[in-house]
Amino acid sequence: MNYKYHPTIDGFYGDFGGAYVPEMLHSNVAKLRDVYEQIMDEPEFKKEFDELLRDYVGRPSPLYLAKKLSASHGCNIYLKREDLNHTGAHKINNTIGQILLAKRLNKKRIIAETGAGQHGVATATVCALMGLECIVYMGAVDIKRQAPNVARMRMLGATVVPAESGSKTLKDATNEAIRDWINNAEDTHYIIGSAIGPHPYPDMVTKFQSVISEEIQSQLQEKTGKDHPDYVVACVGGGSNAAGAFYHFLHDDRVQLILAEAAGKGIDSGESAATSILGTKGIIHGCMTLLMQTDDGQIVEPYSLSAGLDYPGIGPMHAHLITSGRAKVHAATDDEAMNAVISLSKDEGIIPALETAHALAILERIDFNKNDNVVICLSGRGDKDLNTFIDYIGQN
Amino acid sequence: MNRIRQIIEAKGKEILNVYFTAGYPTLDSIVPIIKSLEDSGADIIELGMPYSDPLADGVTIQQSSEQALANGLNLKNLFESIAEARKTCTIPIIMMGYFNQLLQYGIEDFLKLAHHNGVDGMIIPDLPMEIYKRDYQALFAQYNIGMSFLITPMTSDDRIHLADDLSDAFIYMVSQSSITGKKGDISNQQRKYFERINNMKLKSPILIGFGIHDNATYRTACNYSHGAIIGSAFIRALKDSKDVTSITKSFVSDIRG
Repeated sequence: MNYKYHPTIDGFYGDFGGAYVPEMLHSNVAKLRDVYEQIMDEPEFKKEFDELLRDYVGRPSPLYLAKKLSASHGCNIYLKREDLNHTGAHKINNTIGQILLAKRLNKKRIIAETGAGQHGVATATVCALMGLECIVYMGAVDIKRQAPNVARMRMLGATVVPAESGSKTLKDATNEAIRDWINNAEDTHYIIGSAIGPHPYPDMVTKFQSVISEEIQSQLQEKTGKDHPDYVVACVGGGSNAAGAFYHFLHDDRVQLILAEAAGKGIDSGESAATSILGTKGIIHGCMTLLMQTDDGQIVEPYSLSAGLDYPGIGPMHAHLITSGRAKVHAATDDEAMNAVISLSKDEGIIPALETAHALAILERIDFNKNDNVVICLSGRGDKDLNTFIDYIGQN
Repeated sequence: MNRIRQIIEAKGKEILNVYFTAGYPTLDSIVPIIKSLEDSGADIIELGMPYSDPLADGVTIQQSSEQALANGLNLKNLFESIAEARKTCTIPIIMMGYFNQLLQYGIEDFLKLAHHNGVDGMIIPDLPMEIYKRDYQALFAQYNIGMSFLITPMTSDDRIHLADDLSDAFIYMVSQSSITGKKGDISNQQRKYFERINNMKLKSPILIGFGIHDNATYRTACNYSHGAIIGSAFIRALKDSKDVTSITKSFVSDIRG
């Protein structure tokens, strides 16, 4: 079999990926590239990773047949309940993996970027668990709109540093984290939370998240007698939950892969984060991918009501999946996502994260057959977005 | 041989390469700053192409880049300013920017325009040496744009030799593992690193940058290399200045001592 959606040895997915980093980061990135697969394949590492996912995170996460949602779309819709993980989202799958890796690399200090705060909380959590110093960079704008997660990170012992440059959101938090890593290359490991960044990060994050699609296979087999769904649907900012939900189905043509982007106030409104539509090929945070930029190559500030999706780029694997036609993309606006939050809450008794709601909002654009099995990665829970929900409902 | 290297080798020591962000503090300050750097006796000018996401730069250069972009600086008016300065100035000019800026413009179109307007070299910190060698080295040579690659205290000997082979202007020796704009003295650990690189007897001239900010650090850098690159300290001096010409002259004279 030709694994055309896995990266080359240099970290390229088709035209995308690679490691475009300043020389100051080269030795760190190269070291990680040389050892990550070997460490992840060690039986001792796997055992520790699996045990923590089971006993600490609470895996496997359930696969739940949402009956009302299924009835309204005329197919079988299963929710992969990543929202039930410890800390409330899929992000912890990756931080557990990377903290174990950091310990094997003898790193003493952990840094991370965060948008919605879920990755920051997941990183602060594993640092508390392992007794490592934790510094989380978060855009000053995001600190305001995700106050509960900021409080959680601080309770967990992390230092939250506001990123005051640029648009003061996820992109700038990532810049600040990379600069910190340049200044502290020897003793620090950078836990990137999304399937972005220089090789090997997109592949490493994808592999740690691939527990999601691995479980979907066995859970579907049990529930339907088939080991694959007809569709997997996931929201995409940088793309870690989509990468994890897709991984075991990447080369299975029976499975349609659907990404949901944030259209913000509308794709052509000037306030959007629909990267695959508005983006062109370029480099952001050390990898070649699709990103929103001007003709002069200046990176454009994206917009979405959801802090986890307003990223001007997309993971290089996703860029390859989209441009090669393997995955399809639909975009949902802020309003559509908010309506999806409200519907799922009322119909199924599950309040999803605003990011996740984009994956629910685009379902009506797909023409499902009656017997289709559709898996939606319910990547996170909505508690962190309560302030946004309250403001939105108040204004509308 | 690239003109930058010719000039460094002819003088042999105490090369002063001054960086400033194009379009900072004002859009029309590019030409007067280039002229006054040449008049003040700087040897090379490194012209920063302001970028929205300058990963290797500290807060001083970040803020100057934001300001320059807000002032309306773009590649078109930047090249026009360089062409204007070239009517009277002969000092070597290097453009420093991030790879995405060239990629978006089109690499060959960019190099053609740079060459046509009198640019002598480029520094692109996030363009990996291996990709440059495989895809772009011949193109840079065709347009006579000299490259300078960075080495750091963590760069392996193999990569230092690669940087030596690929740099046709000079090797940019980053004084410490950090982003730009650090202040303070040069430590013994840094001196040992400078000595280690000197003992490698590389064929390219070496300029030391990052953290060089006054006469003392400039002198120390010159003792271990062909000269130094100063950026953030000059940007700080230019901040809020009305008369960039006199600021530039006094800055260069203070650095030279």
